[in-house]
Amino acid sequence: MAGSTFDGMTQQGVRRSADQVLALAPDAASRKAGSKLGVAGPWSGTGSSEEGAVWGLCKGSGSEPYRTVVDIADVTGPAYQCSCPSRKVPCKHALGLLLLWAGGESAVPLAQAPDWAEQWMAGRRGRAEGAGAAASPGSAPGSGDPEAARRRAERRAERITAGATELEQRLADLLRGGLAGAEQAGYGLWEETAARMVDAQAPGLAARVRELGAIPSSGPGWPVRLLEECALLHLLDQGWLGRERLPDDLTATVRARVGLPSSADGPAVRDHWLVLSQYDTADTRLTTRRIWLYGAGSGRTALLLSYGAAGRAPDLALPVGLALEAEVSAYPGAGQSRAALGERFTPPEPTAIRPPGVTTSRAAARYGEALRDDPWLESVPVTLEQVVPVPDGDSWQLADAEEDTALPLTPAAHRRPGLWRLVALSGGAPVKVFGECGHQGFTPLAAWPAEPGPAVQLC
Amino acid sequence: MTTPTSADVPVTGIWEELVTSALLGTDRRTPPGCAPGRAAPTALLDTAAVETVRRRAGLRPARSAERLERAPEDPRPPLPAAAARRLTMLLADRPGTAGGGRRGTAPDLMELLPQWLAAANARGFAAPPQTLPALLDAARGRTDLRPAALTFAGPRALWLARLNPDWRFALRAAPGGGAALPRPEDTDRVRQLWEEGLFAERVALLAALRARDAVGARELLASTWSTERAEDRLMFLDSLRTGLEPEDEPFLEQALADRSRNVRATAAELLSALPGSALAARMAARALTCVAVDRTGTAPMITVEAPHECDAGMERDGVIPKPPAGRGERSWWLGQLVESAPLGTWPARLGGRTPEEIVALPVADDWQGELHAAWCRAAVRQRDAAWARALLGSPTAPEAGGPGAVSLAERAKLLGTLDAGERAEWVAGFIATHGLSEAFQLLGMCAVPWAPSLGRAVVDALNIARDAGSYPWSFSGVMGLAERCLDPAEAGRLDGLLAIPDESEDASPGAGGYWAEAFQRLVTTLRLRAAMAEELRAG
Repeated sequence: MAGSTFDGMTQQGVRRSADQVLALAPDAASRKAGSKLGVAGPWSGTGSSEEGAVWGLCKGSGSEPYRTVVDIADVTGPAYQCSCPSRKVPCKHALGLLLLWAGGESAVPLAQAPDWAEQWMAGRRGRAEGAGAAASPGSAPGSGDPEAARRRAERRAERITAGATELEQRLADLLRGGLAGAEQAGYGLWEETAARMVDAQAPGLAARVRELGAIPSSGPGWPVRLLEECALLHLLDQGWLGRERLPDDLTATVRARVGLPSSADGPAVRDHWLVLSQYDTADTRLTTRRIWLYGAGSGRTALLLSYGAAGRAPDLALPVGLALEAEVSAYPGAGQSRAALGERFTPPEPTAIRPPGVTTSRAAARYGEALRDDPWLESVPVTLEQVVPVPDGDSWQLADAEEDTALPLTPAAHRRPGLWRLVALSGGAPVKVFGECGHQGFTPLAAWPAEPGPAVQLC
Repeated sequence: MTTPTSADVPVTGIWEELVTSALLGTDRRTPPGCAPGRAAPTALLDTAAVETVRRRAGLRPARSAERLERAPEDPRPPLPAAAARRLTMLLADRPGTAGGGRRGTAPDLMELLPQWLAAANARGFAAPPQTLPALLDAARGRTDLRPAALTFAGPRALWLARLNPDWRFALRAAPGGGAALPRPEDTDRVRQLWEEGLFAERVALLAALRARDAVGARELLASTWSTERAEDRLMFLDSLRTGLEPEDEPFLEQALADRSRNVRATAAELLSALPGSALAARMAARALTCVAVDRTGTAPMITVEAPHECDAGMERDGVIPKPPAGRGERSWWLGQLVESAPLGTWPARLGGRTPEEIVALPVADDWQGELHAAWCRAAVRQRDAAWARALLGSPTAPEAGGPGAVSLAERAKLLGTLDAGERAEWVAGFIATHGLSEAFQLLGMCAVPWAPSLGRAVVDALNIARDAGSYPWSFSGVMGLAERCLDPAEAGRLDGLLAIPDESEDASPGAGGYWAEAFQRLVTTLRLRAAMAEELRAG
């Protein structure tokens, strides 16, 4: 890497940082295994092309080295190919190769691709062009007979209606007998009801019911939380049962909350989207990845959701702190942040973009206003300007630098290591913090120091 | 956040009524504003839904708690970007997350953190603030990392450590609990901290002062000596080891009369390290009567007459009268006398011979082991390179490899008195003759990165071990050291060792493959270390 200081900057721009490469890993084990392979030792015949291919031979335990090639130029994200038997995508060899490449030119020089890498790239390019021509946005929604699809939708709506009615009955029974009884009844009661909602094809209702089951064991104040959630579930049931009388926007919100699929048919917004945060939550069935984007031109904040089967990483991965030019389309429904990522025009690149921030009072008000459109909202995305992390007894809060007001952090945020990164970054001085602001408090997800510098990931 | 107050008191009241009704059940308590009966639960849920959304929408920020004092400025320049990324990777490689078992070809990143920290500290870079939690966690798990990690982490880490009980260790490790020590010139504050500070603060103060102003530190200690507790006196006395000088003698002589035996022993040890001290002279006088050259035989020979008693004077000079179990008391006393006698007195006593000649003399009646071991301890204590060289002997001598008069542990200590170049040459010679099986402790004494001749000796010996057909894990200790200590510039010389050799008949099955793997890891680690050094130089 001798001599690559400032003139190397442009190359570094395209090259991803090690953190960003590691963010592509499907799980922690791959991250660790990949970072160990991100050094020159096991590699030979490494190279990269102007077209965005990176390749190399990695010495494994067998006699033949593994052939690893990555297409990094594809705007839909990197694609990987490796001759190793691993089923993980990307495998540790692909991660190691990208780390090596992230390290600099000396380890992965520009070169002529070997035949095996060239063939795979050519195959990909061919398929991509074919696919691009076939799937222009908006064309061919669904398949088959529209009449049959309509009948299917009607049958499903009837089932959900039956489910919602049954759920209303169960809630009424619960309130008649008292929530105190729910504490004794335990989890089984809720699991059974949740299963009924799954049968009713209302996964949104099922998930809410399941969460009700966890509340009685969630510590002091549980009756208040349980009543709140029961009431909101009742409100959702009533919303569904009376959806004909609701405005269209709110109907769409209710449909989404109940768990009906919808498509991102909002207008495509082309913008420079800064990746604010990416984090996964997992339960026994599903891994959910949430990616927050901020559009520099539109000023919009959008949420991308991506799912993976239990124990597997969701497909979509974007490097936090970088920005890409792309189209993003909103899902229907009032007060919804969810959007889908459409065509990408540039790979993610370093950026000086930072979202503008507000005070804590404004952030709390913003959550309150958002409830007008969607009363079931847990939180809204907010950037706080000039706030300082301050300890408050056993918990922490984010206090306005100039005012005497503060937002408490959510209980979940206290348990994350990101809290300490935020405190360390601040050092008692004001920082800019992006996160989710809701009735439980604020969950910090990314922060920027007072001086220029990239976003620091907190999740 | 707080719920709406003042104007909303009635509303809050309704909510509490609702919660009570919900908890008890509408059959037992009719909720406010609802008719009792079948419709009551639904009416309660309706009202509760409105109230829930109302309560959430009305949330306001809380009053802020008391602000933290700002972290002190870190004036050091920031890390170069590539080095910062490297640090993140090294810190991400936590021990305990590995699957265990065979190590494979991948480098052990956590093992490289110490030298990364040393290099970053040598260049005076500041740690990126967001890495401080991981640095503190790493230092918490590994005490050997603490000094370098805390130096690198800098003042902000101490500020941070005060906020998290997991990181208390950082405050204990740092002088004065993180507060800056007063400068030696600031005598009032020094005096105040010495008289009022906590024990750890006082130890740190004394050590810092001693490093800059030996006399001032001794005088400070003497001023309160008689009022200190015995275990504190021991720790304070120990800090005089730094910058020990003849002027310390009166104070140390006085400490020889201390009530505590441990304090007396430490004072005697320090005095014996001052060859010009009265104690050293007394010990020399005693030792010299025990050892003589006998010229009556065909060749001159050393004879030893160990002391017959341990008198009060010897005891006062720190000789411990009672030997440990299994040792004769006379040889125990002899050892203590000889190790405390200045080495410079022996040539005159033993016929004007040089240290080499003295060590070469035969010793009568099996006293050689005892005598030479005592001289070794003296050479280490008095940091006498000439005697150390004589006692070490030639590294290629056949007896150097076996269990000779001087044990490996003693040899390692003797090597410490030589300069780095001489040390490396001696160990290189030792390995070239005796191989690696006994070399681990000696290698640990050598300066990092290893001198070229030493590095080559190690690589050659590994190569020989491989050709001999043994498994590499018999040498895992030396391999691990080589990964951390071999000069990265040597990586190119190892290329020939990376291939899997043809298996010879007497080799252990599969050994060739494991060796290739071990050498790959070695080369990979060396390349990684070279890259790390380069990244830090970029700043």
